[in-house]
Amino acid sequence: MTDETEDRAADKARIARQFIEAIPFSKALAMSLDEIGDGLAVISMPYSDDLVGDPSTGVIHGGAVSALMDTCGGAAVMSHPEALAGTATIDLRIDYMRPATPGQTITARAQCYHVTRSVAFIRAEAFDHDMDRAVAAATGAFTVERRAKS
Amino acid sequence: MNRPPPEPVHIVKERRDRALAALVERTPYIRTLGISFDRRGDELTAVLNYDDKLIGNPFLPALHGGAIASFLEVAAIMELGFHILWDEIENGRVSADELSPETLPRMPKTIDFTVDYLRSGLPRDAYARARVNRSGRRYASVHVEAWQDNRQRLFAQATGHFLMPTRG
Repeated sequence: MTDETEDRAADKARIARQFIEAIPFSKALAMSLDEIGDGLAVISMPYSDDLVGDPSTGVIHGGAVSALMDTCGGAAVMSHPEALAGTATIDLRIDYMRPATPGQTITARAQCYHVTRSVAFIRAEAFDHDMDRAVAAATGAFTVERRAKS
Repeated sequence: MNRPPPEPVHIVKERRDRALAALVERTPYIRTLGISFDRRGDELTAVLNYDDKLIGNPFLPALHGGAIASFLEVAAIMELGFHILWDEIENGRVSADELSPETLPRMPKTIDFTVDYLRSGLPRDAYARARVNRSGRRYASVHVEAWQDNRQRLFAQATGHFLMPTRG
């Protein structure tokens, strides 16, 4: 990597970070951006009573995990070198492998693994404190905003 | 022939409304998102009451994809859960007066959920209705449609599979 492309990647990560941290819904769910750059994003969401789907077990609602996956997928797209900040979900599929352990932060890791002229494809996994067994996995397609040809 | 007189309408309505309210009130995430439910007989319409915190793109502005996914998943699970409870209440197995966390049925668990985003969500109320396409002893398949101003113009739809609770 030359200094110039390195600078541009850092710049891009900074813009994506600002964009993501300004999202009202992500803030409402107290999501925080742990890592971003080059098509990879890691976002965590602390456990909260407000997110519970079943009070008899204290397990977080599946919808809250979906929200985290969607945010993380979008962040991965925005940090990809060929996409601009700003994207919209076209499709998102989530598989729930096991209930998240009550009380534990959930961390999602999304990779934007392919970008075409108009579409970005992502894969994501979400974990609680047990990093060996994913809580959920997702695949998605997002829109791509491209920079104007210069 | 002696038939018992039909139940007074207000008794029937109150029983069903109480059953629905018990399910809604016990789920904190439904409250967090500001989702309410309209009931006509056993038909439910989920309402995502607009709030600024539901926004995902402040520049457009548009609803967050994650808020939309959550809304559709809540609508799907409630459709299944309400019908389980409906059967128990209408058959008299559970009394609507005695609904508590112990007597309420366990909710179905999501196996997978696929959301199809058709257009961006406008900053206003959204509505969703779920249809159970198959409900077996263990698995159920549910389709959900969501719209805003115009029922014919969906802004999102979803299909999900759910593991049905075992009733002890």
